[in-house]
Amino acid sequence: MSRGANKLVMQVLGDFLNEENIVFDGKLTEETRLFGGDGMLTSIQLVMFITSLEEEIEDEWDVMLTLADEKAMSRRVSPFSSIKYLADYIEEKINEYE
Amino acid sequence: MNNRPRVIVITGSRKGIGRFLTEHYLESGDIVVGCSRSKTDLEHDKYTHFILDVSDEIAVKRMVSSVRKLFSTIDILINNAGMASMNHFLLTPKATVEKLFSTNFTGTFLFSREVAKLMSKKKKGKIVNFSTVAVPLNLEGEAVYAASKSAVVSLTKILAKEVGEMGITVNAVGPTPVYTDLIKTVPKNKIGELLNQQAIKRLGTFEDVLNVIEFFINPKSEFITGQVVYLGGVS
Ligand SMILES: NC(=O)c1ccc[n+]([C@@H]2O[C@H](COP(=O)([O-])OP(=O)(O)OC[C@H]3O[C@@H](n4cnc5c(N)ncnc54)[C@H](OP(=O)(O)O)[C@@H]3O)[C@@H](O)[C@H]2O)c1
Repeated sequence: MSRGANKLVMQVLGDFLNEENIVFDGKLTEETRLFGGDGMLTSIQLVMFITSLEEEIEDEWDVMLTLADEKAMSRRVSPFSSIKYLADYIEEKINEYE
Repeated sequence: MNNRPRVIVITGSRKGIGRFLTEHYLESGDIVVGCSRSKTDLEHDKYTHFILDVSDEIAVKRMVSSVRKLFSTIDILINNAGMASMNHFLLTPKATVEKLFSTNFTGTFLFSREVAKLMSKKKKGKIVNFSTVAVPLNLEGEAVYAASKSAVVSLTKILAKEVGEMGITVNAVGPTPVYTDLIKTVPKNKIGELLNQQAIKRLGTFEDVLNVIEFFINPKSEFITGQVVYLGGVS
Protein backbone atom coordinates (compact mmCIF):
# COMPACT_ATOMS: atom_id res chain seq x y z
CA MET A 1 0.00 0.00 0.00
CA SER A 2 1.30 3.45 -0.81
CA ARG A 3 1.75 5.88 2.05
CA GLY A 4 2.47 8.83 -0.14
CA ALA A 5 6.25 8.75 0.01
CA ASN A 6 6.19 10.73 -3.21
CA LYS A 7 4.52 13.65 -1.54
CA LEU A 8 6.82 13.48 1.43
CA VAL A 9 9.96 13.43 -0.71
CA MET A 10 8.73 16.44 -2.71
CA GLN A 11 7.83 18.35 0.42
CA VAL A 12 11.14 17.67 2.22
CA LEU A 13 13.06 18.45 -0.97
CA GLY A 14 11.17 21.72 -1.45
CA ASP A 15 11.93 22.79 2.13
CA PHE A 16 15.52 21.68 1.79
CA LEU A 17 16.08 23.69 -1.42
CA ASN A 18 14.60 26.73 0.28
CA GLU A 19 16.64 26.42 3.44
CA GLU A 20 19.87 25.85 1.54
CA ASN A 21 19.11 28.55 -1.02
CA ILE A 22 19.50 26.11 -3.87
CA VAL A 23 18.01 27.49 -7.05
CA PHE A 24 16.13 24.98 -9.17
CA ASP A 25 14.62 26.24 -12.40
CA GLY A 26 11.46 24.39 -13.16
CA LYS A 27 8.88 22.38 -11.35
CA LEU A 28 9.62 19.41 -9.12
CA THR A 29 8.08 16.32 -10.66
CA GLU A 30 8.48 12.60 -10.12
CA GLU A 31 11.01 12.53 -12.90
CA THR A 32 13.16 15.29 -11.45
CA ARG A 33 16.76 14.12 -11.31
CA LEU A 34 18.26 14.33 -7.85
CA PHE A 35 21.79 13.08 -8.00
CA GLY A 36 24.27 11.83 -10.57
CA GLY A 37 24.42 12.97 -14.18
CA ASP A 38 22.37 16.14 -14.43
CA GLY A 39 21.02 15.78 -10.88
CA MET A 40 20.35 18.95 -8.96
CA LEU A 41 22.22 18.04 -5.77
CA THR A 42 25.91 17.86 -5.01
CA SER A 43 27.03 14.88 -2.96
CA ILE A 44 27.12 16.84 0.27
CA GLN A 45 23.68 18.28 -0.44
CA LEU A 46 22.40 14.76 -1.06
CA VAL A 47 23.76 13.68 2.34
CA MET A 48 22.00 16.58 4.06
CA PHE A 49 18.77 15.99 2.15
CA ILE A 50 18.68 12.26 2.99
CA THR A 51 19.28 13.16 6.64
CA SER A 52 16.29 15.52 6.60
CA LEU A 53 14.22 12.91 4.86
CA GLU A 54 15.03 10.21 7.43
CA GLU A 55 14.04 12.61 10.18
CA GLU A 56 10.74 13.48 8.50
CA ILE A 57 9.95 9.79 7.90
CA GLU A 58 10.48 9.18 11.60
CA ASP A 59 8.29 12.11 12.62
CA GLU A 60 5.51 11.32 10.13
CA TRP A 61 5.37 7.54 10.30
CA ASP A 62 7.35 6.67 13.40
CA VAL A 63 9.75 4.52 11.40
CA MET A 64 13.52 4.76 11.74
CA LEU A 65 15.09 4.07 8.37
CA THR A 66 18.66 4.13 7.18
CA LEU A 67 18.17 4.94 3.55
CA ALA A 68 21.74 4.79 2.32
CA ASP A 69 22.24 1.12 3.14
CA GLU A 70 24.24 -1.44 1.21
CA LYS A 71 21.20 -2.48 -0.73
CA ALA A 72 20.65 1.05 -1.96
CA MET A 73 24.29 1.41 -2.90
CA SER A 74 24.41 -1.80 -4.89
CA ARG A 75 21.35 -1.19 -7.04
CA ARG A 76 21.90 -0.89 -10.73
CA VAL A 77 19.69 2.20 -10.74
CA SER A 78 20.44 4.28 -7.68
CA PRO A 79 17.39 5.07 -5.52
CA PHE A 80 18.87 8.54 -5.19
CA SER A 81 18.80 9.29 -8.88
CA SER A 82 15.26 10.65 -9.07
CA ILE A 83 12.31 11.57 -6.89
CA LYS A 84 10.31 8.61 -8.14
CA TYR A 85 13.04 6.05 -7.49
CA LEU A 86 13.62 7.46 -4.04
CA ALA A 87 9.92 7.44 -3.13
CA ASP A 88 9.57 3.85 -4.37
CA TYR A 89 12.60 2.85 -2.36
CA ILE A 90 11.18 4.42 0.79
CA GLU A 91 7.87 2.57 0.33
CA GLU A 92 9.80 -0.65 -0.11
CA LYS A 93 11.90 -0.07 3.03
CA ILE A 94 8.85 0.78 5.11
CA ASN A 95 7.07 -2.36 3.98
CA GLU A 96 10.15 -4.37 4.98
CA TYR A 97 10.33 -2.58 8.31
CA GLU A 98 6.78 -3.55 9.08
CA MET B 1 23.61 36.06 21.29
CA ASN B 2 21.04 33.96 23.05
CA ASN B 3 20.81 32.85 26.62
CA ARG B 4 19.30 29.43 26.27
CA PRO B 5 21.23 26.77 28.15
CA ARG B 6 23.48 24.57 26.06
CA VAL B 7 22.38 20.99 25.45
CA ILE B 8 25.29 18.62 26.08
CA VAL B 9 25.25 14.87 25.46
CA ILE B 10 27.83 12.93 27.49
CA THR B 11 28.18 9.19 27.02
CA GLY B 12 29.35 7.02 29.91
CA SER B 13 28.11 9.60 32.43
CA ARG B 14 27.46 7.23 35.34
CA LYS B 15 30.95 7.32 36.83
CA GLY B 16 34.56 8.35 36.31
CA ILE B 17 35.46 11.19 33.97
CA GLY B 18 31.99 11.24 32.38
CA ARG B 19 30.35 11.70 35.77
CA PHE B 20 32.71 14.52 36.65
CA LEU B 21 32.00 16.29 33.35
CA THR B 22 28.26 15.79 33.80
CA GLU B 23 28.27 17.34 37.26
CA HIS B 24 30.51 20.15 36.08
CA TYR B 25 28.20 21.15 33.23
CA LEU B 26 25.07 20.81 35.34
CA GLU B 27 26.65 23.21 37.84
CA SER B 28 27.38 25.57 34.95
CA GLY B 29 23.66 25.65 34.13
CA ASP B 30 23.77 23.47 31.02
CA ILE B 31 21.26 20.77 30.15
CA VAL B 32 22.99 17.40 30.19
CA VAL B 33 21.76 14.16 28.67
CA GLY B 34 23.83 11.15 29.64
CA CYS B 35 23.86 7.41 29.20
CA SER B 36 25.46 4.24 30.45
CA ARG B 37 24.62 0.54 30.60
CA SER B 38 23.46 0.75 34.20
CA LYS B 39 21.30 3.03 36.29
CA THR B 40 22.73 6.22 37.69
CA ASP B 41 22.27 7.68 41.15
CA LEU B 42 22.62 11.20 39.77
CA GLU B 43 19.48 13.26 40.14
CA HIS B 44 19.19 16.78 38.84
CA ASP B 45 16.34 18.63 37.20
CA LYS B 46 18.49 19.41 34.16
CA TYR B 47 19.77 15.86 33.79
CA THR B 48 18.25 13.00 31.81
CA HIS B 49 19.75 9.54 31.85
CA PHE B 50 19.35 6.84 29.23
CA ILE B 51 20.26 3.25 29.96
CA LEU B 52 21.87 1.81 26.85
CA ASP B 53 24.94 0.26 25.37
CA VAL B 54 26.64 2.81 23.10
CA SER B 55 27.14 0.13 20.46
CA ASP B 56 23.40 -0.57 20.17
CA GLU B 57 22.43 1.27 17.00
CA ILE B 58 18.67 1.31 17.58
CA ALA B 59 19.05 2.44 21.19
CA VAL B 60 21.40 5.24 20.17
CA LYS B 61 19.02 6.37 17.42
CA ARG B 62 16.13 6.37 19.87
CA MET B 63 18.06 8.35 22.44
CA VAL B 64 19.15 11.02 19.98
CA SER B 65 15.66 11.18 18.56
CA SER B 66 14.24 11.71 22.06
CA VAL B 67 16.74 14.48 22.73
CA ARG B 68 15.74 16.11 19.45
CA LYS B 69 12.09 15.99 20.43
CA LEU B 70 12.78 17.29 23.93
CA PHE B 71 15.30 20.03 23.20
CA SER B 72 15.31 20.30 19.38
CA THR B 73 19.07 20.69 19.35
CA ILE B 74 22.38 19.32 20.63
CA ASP B 75 25.22 21.79 21.02
CA ILE B 76 27.96 19.51 22.27
CA LEU B 77 28.62 15.78 22.16
CA ILE B 78 31.24 14.26 24.44
CA ASN B 79 31.98 10.65 23.44
CA ASN B 80 33.43 9.63 26.77
CA ALA B 81 32.11 6.08 27.22
CA GLY B 82 35.02 3.71 27.01
CA MET B 83 36.44 0.45 28.15
CA ALA B 84 40.01 -0.72 28.65
CA SER B 85 41.73 -4.04 28.98
CA MET B 86 45.30 -4.91 29.71
CA ASN B 87 46.63 -8.25 28.61
CA HIS B 88 49.36 -9.76 26.50
CA PHE B 89 47.88 -10.08 23.05
CA LEU B 90 48.71 -13.81 22.96
CA LEU B 91 46.30 -14.24 25.85
CA THR B 92 43.55 -11.89 24.68
CA PRO B 93 40.20 -13.50 23.86
CA LYS B 94 38.35 -12.44 20.74
CA ALA B 95 35.40 -11.44 22.92
CA THR B 96 37.58 -8.74 24.51
CA VAL B 97 38.51 -7.39 21.11
CA GLU B 98 34.88 -7.20 20.10
CA LYS B 99 33.77 -5.57 23.35
CA LEU B 100 36.48 -2.93 23.25
CA PHE B 101 35.96 -2.07 19.61
CA SER B 102 32.21 -1.94 19.92
CA THR B 103 32.28 0.37 22.92
CA ASN B 104 35.24 2.56 22.04
CA PHE B 105 34.91 2.75 18.29
CA THR B 106 31.39 1.75 17.24
CA GLY B 107 29.86 3.70 20.14
CA THR B 108 31.76 6.83 19.17
CA PHE B 109 30.83 6.32 15.53
CA LEU B 110 27.11 5.85 16.19
CA PHE B 111 26.75 8.80 18.54
CA SER B 112 28.76 11.05 16.24
CA ARG B 113 26.63 10.05 13.26
CA GLU B 114 23.27 10.51 14.90
CA VAL B 115 24.17 13.72 16.71
CA ALA B 116 25.94 15.25 13.71
CA LYS B 117 22.74 14.81 11.68
CA LEU B 118 21.00 17.07 14.14
CA MET B 119 23.91 19.50 14.42
CA SER B 120 24.16 19.79 10.64
CA LYS B 121 20.66 21.29 10.54
CA LYS B 122 21.77 24.12 12.81
CA LYS B 123 25.11 24.37 11.00
CA LYS B 124 26.76 24.32 14.39
CA GLY B 125 28.10 21.80 16.85
CA LYS B 126 31.10 20.46 18.72
CA ILE B 127 32.05 16.82 19.06
CA VAL B 128 34.77 15.71 21.45
CA ASN B 129 36.09 12.14 21.34
CA PHE B 130 38.35 10.24 23.71
CA SER B 131 41.71 8.80 22.74
CA THR B 132 44.48 7.90 25.20
CA VAL B 133 48.24 8.31 25.55
CA ALA B 134 48.39 4.54 25.00
CA VAL B 135 48.05 5.36 21.27
CA PRO B 136 51.20 7.47 20.72
CA LEU B 137 53.15 5.55 23.38
CA ASN B 138 52.29 2.16 21.83
CA LEU B 139 52.03 0.63 25.27
CA GLU B 140 52.73 -3.06 25.62
CA GLY B 141 49.76 -4.96 26.97
CA GLU B 142 47.35 -2.45 25.51
CA ALA B 143 47.36 -3.55 21.87
CA VAL B 144 43.61 -3.91 21.61
CA TYR B 145 42.70 -0.89 23.70
CA ALA B 146 45.19 1.34 21.86
CA ALA B 147 44.07 -0.01 18.47
CA SER B 148 40.44 0.76 19.26
CA LYS B 149 41.42 4.28 20.31
CA SER B 150 43.62 4.68 17.19
CA ALA B 151 40.45 3.96 15.27
CA VAL B 152 38.80 6.78 17.21
CA VAL B 153 41.68 9.08 16.22
CA SER B 154 41.24 8.28 12.52
CA LEU B 155 37.51 8.73 12.85
CA THR B 156 38.03 12.11 14.51
CA LYS B 157 40.31 13.39 11.76
CA ILE B 158 38.15 12.19 8.89
CA LEU B 159 34.83 13.26 10.40
CA ALA B 160 36.35 16.68 10.93
CA LYS B 161 36.73 16.91 7.15
CA GLU B 162 33.34 15.45 6.32
CA VAL B 163 31.39 17.77 8.61
CA GLY B 164 33.62 20.83 8.49
CA GLU B 165 31.37 22.54 5.96
CA MET B 166 28.40 21.86 8.21
CA GLY B 167 29.79 24.03 11.00
CA ILE B 168 30.70 21.07 13.18
CA THR B 169 34.11 20.57 14.75
CA VAL B 170 35.42 17.15 15.81
CA ASN B 171 38.41 16.84 18.12
CA ALA B 172 39.79 14.37 20.62
CA VAL B 173 41.43 14.50 24.01
CA GLY B 174 44.00 11.87 24.93
CA PRO B 175 44.28 11.56 28.70
CA THR B 176 47.23 10.10 30.60
CA PRO B 177 46.19 7.73 33.38
CA VAL B 178 43.56 9.40 35.54
CA TYR B 179 42.57 7.58 38.68
CA THR B 180 39.19 5.95 37.93
CA ASP B 181 37.79 2.40 37.92
CA LEU B 182 39.16 2.07 34.39
CA ILE B 183 42.73 1.73 35.64
CA LYS B 184 42.25 0.52 39.19
CA THR B 185 43.31 -3.01 38.34
CA VAL B 186 46.48 -1.92 36.54
CA PRO B 187 49.49 -2.72 38.79
CA LYS B 188 51.17 0.32 40.40
CA ASN B 189 54.55 -0.40 38.81
CA LYS B 190 52.93 -0.46 35.36
CA ILE B 191 51.37 2.96 35.96
CA GLY B 192 54.75 4.17 37.24
CA GLU B 193 56.48 3.00 34.06
CA LEU B 194 53.87 4.72 31.97
CA LEU B 195 54.14 8.03 33.85
CA ASN B 196 57.89 7.90 33.27
CA GLN B 197 57.30 8.14 29.53
CA GLN B 198 55.41 11.42 29.92
CA ALA B 199 57.10 14.82 29.78
CA ILE B 200 55.31 15.68 33.02
CA LYS B 201 55.37 12.62 35.22
CA ARG B 202 52.16 12.58 37.20
CA LEU B 203 48.65 11.19 36.97
CA GLY B 204 46.14 13.30 35.12
CA THR B 205 43.20 14.86 36.91
CA PHE B 206 39.59 15.33 35.89
CA GLU B 207 40.36 19.05 35.61
CA ASP B 208 43.18 18.36 33.14
CA VAL B 209 40.70 16.56 30.88
CA LEU B 210 38.04 19.23 31.37
CA ASN B 211 40.53 21.94 30.41
CA VAL B 212 41.14 20.43 26.97
CA ILE B 213 37.42 19.90 26.41
CA GLU B 214 36.73 23.52 27.38
CA PHE B 215 39.20 24.63 24.74
CA PHE B 216 37.57 22.47 22.05
CA ILE B 217 34.03 23.60 22.83
CA ASN B 218 34.81 27.26 23.28
CA PRO B 219 32.93 29.22 20.60
CA LYS B 220 36.24 30.89 19.72
CA SER B 221 37.63 27.46 18.74
CA GLU B 222 35.54 27.31 15.57
CA PHE B 223 38.76 27.03 13.54
CA ILE B 224 40.08 24.11 15.64
CA THR B 225 39.09 20.73 14.25
CA GLY B 226 40.53 17.27 13.57
CA GLN B 227 42.98 17.74 16.44
CA VAL B 228 44.06 15.32 19.13
CA VAL B 229 45.51 16.85 22.29
CA TYR B 230 47.40 14.47 24.54
CA LEU B 231 47.95 15.35 28.16
CA GLY B 232 51.22 15.20 30.08
CA GLY B 233 53.42 16.22 27.19
CA VAL B 234 52.93 12.99 25.27
CA SER B 235 52.91 13.36 21.53
N1 LIG C 1 41.00 6.84 33.38
C1 LIG C 1 42.05 6.83 32.58
O1 LIG C 1 43.17 6.61 33.03
C2 LIG C 1 41.90 7.11 31.10
C3 LIG C 1 43.07 7.33 30.34
C4 LIG C 1 42.94 7.57 28.98
C5 LIG C 1 41.69 7.61 28.39
N2 LIG C 1 40.59 7.39 29.16
C6 LIG C 1 39.30 7.40 28.49
O2 LIG C 1 38.40 8.25 29.20
C7 LIG C 1 37.06 7.78 29.03
C8 LIG C 1 36.40 7.66 30.40
O3 LIG C 1 37.09 6.73 31.18
P1 LIG C 1 36.93 6.58 32.76
O4 LIG C 1 38.28 6.45 33.32
O5 LIG C 1 36.03 7.61 33.29
O6 LIG C 1 36.25 5.11 32.81
P2 LIG C 1 35.25 4.48 33.88
O7 LIG C 1 35.46 5.11 35.23
O8 LIG C 1 35.42 3.01 33.75
O9 LIG C 1 33.81 4.91 33.35
C9 LIG C 1 33.35 4.48 32.10
C10 LIG C 1 31.92 5.01 31.88
O10 LIG C 1 31.46 4.58 30.62
C11 LIG C 1 30.26 3.79 30.78
N3 LIG C 1 30.32 2.71 29.79
C12 LIG C 1 31.28 1.77 29.61
N4 LIG C 1 30.98 0.98 28.59
C13 LIG C 1 29.80 1.40 28.08
C14 LIG C 1 28.96 0.98 27.02
N5 LIG C 1 29.28 -0.07 26.23
N6 LIG C 1 27.81 1.64 26.79
C15 LIG C 1 27.46 2.70 27.58
N7 LIG C 1 28.22 3.16 28.58
C16 LIG C 1 29.37 2.51 28.84
C17 LIG C 1 30.31 3.32 32.24
O11 LIG C 1 29.01 3.11 32.79
P3 LIG C 1 28.30 1.65 32.80
O12 LIG C 1 29.28 0.72 33.42
O13 LIG C 1 27.06 1.86 33.61
O14 LIG C 1 27.99 1.33 31.38
C18 LIG C 1 30.95 4.52 32.93
O15 LIG C 1 29.99 5.51 33.19
C19 LIG C 1 37.18 6.46 28.27
O16 LIG C 1 36.91 6.66 26.92
C20 LIG C 1 38.61 6.05 28.48
O17 LIG C 1 39.09 5.21 27.46
C21 LIG C 1 40.66 7.15 30.50
